This record gives sequence, C-alpha cells and structure tokens, in this order.
Amino acid sequence: MSQWVIKGLRSGIKSTRYPRTSETAPGISPGLPVATPMSAELAQAMAARCPTAALEPARTGIDVNLRRCVHCFRCARGGDGAIGWERERDFECAGVTSHGDNFGRVFTRSIHILVVDTGDCGACLNEVKQLNNPYYNMHRLGFFFTPTPRHADVLLVVGALTEHMRLPLRKAYDAMPTPKRVVAVGACALSGGIFGPSFMCAGGVGDFLAVDVEVPGNPPAPLAILHGLLVVAGRKPPAPLYRRIEEVDGQG
Amino acid sequence: MAPELLQVLEDAKTRWTGKVKPGVDGGGAAAFHLECEAPELPDVCNWLFAERGFSFGGLIIEQRTRWELRYVFYGPDSGWAHVVTFLPATEGRVPSVSRLIHAADWHEREAEDLFGLVFEGHPRLGDFVLHNDVWQEGIEPMRKSFDGSRAVASREPDLTWKPRRIVEEAGAFAMPVGPVYSAATAPVHFQLETVGEDVIRAQPRLFWAYRGLEKIAEGRKADDVLLIAERISGTSAFAHSLALCQAVESLCQIEVPRRASWLRMFLAELERLRHHVAAIAGICESTALSVAAAQAAILEEELLRISGALTGHRYLFGMNVFGGLAADLEDNACRHAAAQVAQVSGRLATLQAMLSTSSSFLDRLENVGNVSASNARDFGLVGPIARASGVSRDLRRAQPYCGYERVEFQVPSESEGDGYARLRVFFQEAAQSARIIVEAAERIPAGRVRTPEAVLRPGAALGWVEAPGGAALHWIRLGDGGVVERYRIVTPSFANWHGFRLAAEDFAFQDFPIILATFALSVHENDR
Repeated sequence: MSQWVIKGLRSGIKSTRYPRTSETAPGISPGLPVATPMSAELAQAMAARCPTAALEPARTGIDVNLRRCVHCFRCARGGDGAIGWERERDFECAGVTSHGDNFGRVFTRSIHILVVDTGDCGACLNEVKQLNNPYYNMHRLGFFFTPTPRHADVLLVVGALTEHMRLPLRKAYDAMPTPKRVVAVGACALSGGIFGPSFMCAGGVGDFLAVDVEVPGNPPAPLAILHGLLVVAGRKPPAPLYRRIEEVDGQG
Repeated sequence: MAPELLQVLEDAKTRWTGKVKPGVDGGGAAAFHLECEAPELPDVCNWLFAERGFSFGGLIIEQRTRWELRYVFYGPDSGWAHVVTFLPATEGRVPSVSRLIHAADWHEREAEDLFGLVFEGHPRLGDFVLHNDVWQEGIEPMRKSFDGSRAVASREPDLTWKPRRIVEEAGAFAMPVGPVYSAATAPVHFQLETVGEDVIRAQPRLFWAYRGLEKIAEGRKADDVLLIAERISGTSAFAHSLALCQAVESLCQIEVPRRASWLRMFLAELERLRHHVAAIAGICESTALSVAAAQAAILEEELLRISGALTGHRYLFGMNVFGGLAADLEDNACRHAAAQVAQVSGRLATLQAMLSTSSSFLDRLENVGNVSASNARDFGLVGPIARASGVSRDLRRAQPYCGYERVEFQVPSESEGDGYARLRVFFQEAAQSARIIVEAAERIPAGRVRTPEAVLRPGAALGWVEAPGGAALHWIRLGDGGVVERYRIVTPSFANWHGFRLAAEDFAFQDFPIILATFALSVHENDR
C-alpha cells in the first residue's frame, strides 16, 4: 500500500490560498451579472429576457437581484447591448439577511455543518461536496461536515424546498443545539429558482426557516459557498445581494 | 427503417390479425408503432419483449381528448417500437404490463400515483412519488385539471405512517437510513430489512426531491422548459438539454449546423467524463481509500474547471438551444481543453492501474453487488450499470445522434455484473470519452453554431441521448406558439434505481454503501 503514500506526497499541495489571497484560476466560478448602465428602453427589453425576473429595469440602467439569477446567460449573450458579467474573481457574493449575525469568537475555527438537500438538481450539492476535495479542502479552515444534527452548528440547505422535505428539514433544524445558523445555498434555496413556487416547491427556504446567510448562484462556485461559511464565522464581510445601478454609478 | 424492424412489423400483422394496427412513424425516425386495444396491451408488449428481443424503454402517458398510453421499446440492435393504446377520457383502468415485463413496474406505479390511472393486476400500487404520509388520496397532479402553479392545501405529515415491511421472519427488523444521512448526500430513504448480518430487503423510498418538473413544464414556452431540462440532474445537464433539443429539432425539422453537432458531442463527452470520474471518486471514498478518492476528486475538479473555462459554466448550463448552441467556442480553446482532457485521462489510467493492484480495495468490490445479465434485462437497466452486466446497448451506437457514427469509439462491456465490473466500465468509458474529445477537437468544422430561423410547430416527438448514467428519453408535445403541452422525461437513474435492490440484497450491511457507490445513481435525475 506504500504506493498510495508516495502518490499522495507526489501530488503536492493543491489547495487554494483563499481566503489569504484571492483565487484566480480559470473555470472556478460561473460569474454573475452586473448592474449595467443602459437606456430605460433597453433595460425593459433586457429584463424581459430574464426567465426568473432577476433583472429589474431602473432609471439609468438595469438592477440585478442575485438571489434570482440562474446563470442562463441570456442577458450576457446575444447582440444588442448585452449586460456586463463579472467573471470568475467575483465569487465573494454571499449576503446576510436581517437575521444574520456571526457566531462570535468561539466558533471561528471549528464549525460543523449539516448539509440538507431539500430538492435541488444535484449541481449545488455537487459543489458543496467539492469543498472537501483537495483544491478547496475546507478542513484547513476549520469547517467540517457532520452527518448528525446533534453535532451541527450550521444547517446548510440546498434546493427548492419540496413538500416532502419540509418535515425532515424541520426535524433536522430542531435537533440542532443552539446557537445555530442557517446558510441557504443556490438560487433554488433563495428564491425557488426555476422550480418554485409551485405545487411541490416553495419560493425559497426562507419562507420556512429563518435564513442567516444566503449564497446566490445556480450552482454557486465552491469558493462562493466557502465565502458564505466564512461570513457565518465572522471571518469575511458579506456582499450585497441586490446590485443597484445607482450604487455602481456612485462608485464609478 | 432497418429490414429487421420491417420484418417484425410484417410479422405483427399476421401474428395479431385484426387486433393490432401497425404503422410507421414519419420522418425516418427508425420507429414503428403498434396500436392495440387495452385488453391486448400486455400480450402485444410481451410478444415484442419475450419473442422478438425488444427491451422496455419507458411509458409515456398523455391526457388529451382521450388517454394515450405509449410503451416505448428499444429494438434488438437499433430502432424503436411504440405500443400505443387509447382509452376514453372517462376510463381509468388498463391491464398492467408489468406483470409480464418487470421493467415497466415503476413506470406504472408512477402513472398510478400522478395520473390516477389504475393498472389492473399490478401487485404494488400506492405510496410512491407522492408520499402517503404527506398527501391525501385523490390528488393527481399530472391531470390537466390540476393547477400545478400553487401549493395544495397541505396537511400535517402523518407521523405514525410507516413504509410497508416485507420480511416477516421472527426476529427480523428494519434499519431506516435517510433521507438526511451521511455527509453531503441527496435525499433518499432506505428501509434495510434484516435478521442479522445481511441486508435481505433494501427498499429505497425516493422522490423526496420530486419537483414536479413534468407538471411545471406544461403551459410554459419551450425555451423556458429547456432551463428545466438542464436542471433535471445538474450533473447530467448537457445530456438532458440535448435530448430535449433533439426532440424539438426533429419535430420542427430544425437543421443543426455541423459545427454545433460536433461541439455538442465534444461537450456531452466532457460531461460524461466528469460524471464517471465523480463515480470513481465515490467508489474510492466508499471503501475508505482516501488517497485514491482525493486523486479522483482532483481530476473531477479539474474537469469542472475545464468546463467552466471553456463555456462559462462548470456544469455546462445555458449552452444548448433549439437549432444549435447559444454561444460559439473558439477552436483554440477547444484544442486547449482537449489537451487538458488528454492529460487528465492519462492520470486516470495511472489511478486505474494502482487500484487494480490494491488488494484491500478489490476485496470490497469483487463479487459484491452482483447483477446478472437476465436481471439487468428484466429490470430494464441502462448505461454503464447494464453494460457491466453484459447488456451492451449504447444509444450513441444503436441510435446515433450528433454524428457519433462519424467518430471512432468502443462501447466497453463486462460480464461479471459485480462492483468491480462497474468500476472497470466507468474507467473504460471515461477513456473512450477522452478519446472522442481529442478527436472531435481536431475535426470541428468551421461555420455557424446556431440555425437563426428556428420556428416551432405543434406536434409531438421523442428525443434521446445516452446520458452519462444511461439512456434518457424525452417526449415533448408542443401546442400553438411553442407552448409545451406535455413533457415526459424517462431518465436512466429511474431505471437503475429500480434495479438497485438486486445488487444490494443478500450482502452484508458494510457492503451497502459500496454497492450504492458503484451504481453512481442520481436521486435528482430519478425524482425529477
């Protein structure tokens, strides 16, 4: 079995240096739409292209509600006045809700996470799983998955909440000791995505549980989810989930 | 149509004189249909299955002015047969086909649950898609009269409800697992029944992630249903959106530019490669061989990054559109990606060689979770799982699309049907995918990637792909203005979850997670 030890050592260190430095490898994130200045007329047409109403026309351009974006890229492609698209570096996009405050010092270096899939397409769940691969290796930051709610500090929810998963989610949440936090990951968990609201799916987990940190994306990049966890731990500042054109203008 | 299929069609006329109305589907779809009355349905289906070597593919039900039931069969080598029966709108009973063809079992259970049709003679109807502890009887969401856009006045879940037990021996007990279990897992519940060491019955209870996709597609524009197709299973998004695109393109006779076909093949294989690498990582992890699991996980992440850098999305969302692709890819970028894929493939071969000499690893896989060839056929298993049991059908070969007939590749097949055979098939198919990617990158022709004038017209058509998990069938019926009237999705995981218990039963508890990993099943793809 020594071949495995040698193989492991030969592979070297793959882990990203994020959050100490930024991560710029290509292909780590699908990016997100940016509030873009444009004529009111064009903004109307652009908003009509969005299947989930993530784009909202404003006076001087288009606002973006990241919680609803499903990465269909319809606004970013196609000739007439495509909107801006933040490429990969903009993965730090997790926001806090009115409930959210971080745990405090005790939890900064050891947080146990219970993942509950309440009915997603599998992509969000797969990106959550990637956090344990050597590239992201969340253990180095003190984050651990746990299979039992009794050991969990954070409930990480992916997926549009289906009727069938309401009871298991409630039971899991109730079984967790306090203090506890809820992190909702992905457009479906934040707003229902393209699934909800419907006869089976809710319009977001927030209707059912008080969510503290929201990670937008469909699916969010592993680093975006990691950023969400760092926000819970109080080790990174949150980002705005609603990007207004006026604010972008003001900064520019 | 192939002469063998025409022969079956001719024989049907004499074998079922006066009882069956045979016909040929238009458009050179390599399909024929046999229309029969409901009482003849099981026998006609069984004639194809037992005497003519056809395999069951899926059941498509439509509620139009009358009920239309369509049992789809794969031809012995290629081609399709549809056995169609019509029922008056007021009729709700039809004889069960699954008494004779077990592969239809879950299809009929699903239809009973969602449409309220009764399949007479079916041994086990009831709690399936709609969980009986949450839903009242009499809710039939797939009926046209049901409004799928809003929540049903729900009731409090019945906490006393228990799934049916099968083992009745003295001392038998059931170990419940899920729907929330292990580290980061999709929601599924297992009732593992035992009298001691071995799992005697392993009944999965699925559909926790049932999102009613077939229902919410109805009434939407076809373009928006494409978004749903991508999210049937996020890890097979490109395959499913491709199946829907091909259904719509064949229905509306939309020509796909050659460049788009090549790129579609390129991306579909990239997805298959990543899917198989993830399956290999899962198998290594289930046996607690953590270095190997990490090595495979490294490769999976690299393939995700290759996909992301090439198309903008790590799971290839937003690429397929009716008539081609939404965005062109640069030839250089494709060649660069292919070079990276070749490199990944080389490291995968090294991993395979190391695994094949790790005896403690092989001990956990060899002769564990066996599925015989006859069981695989009876349960209608598909994809790599079926090919590991000697059922070698691959729609890329049997029913080529996207120009798969123009590239060279092998369809690996093993005969043992155990966990190790499935692992070997995953490795070999991954190598073939890499090979196709490398070849395609050199051969992608110049030109546009999208037909500009894609006009949707009413009608229905079947689209198919060999998704990473196996054959996927998409049936789409469009009405006026490109609005979807019916969208039926038959997924590989649905077929393979049905057969999963064959492998899990009569093995020890500690083998269960390993057998589960070797099936590489997607809960989301099954539940829809």
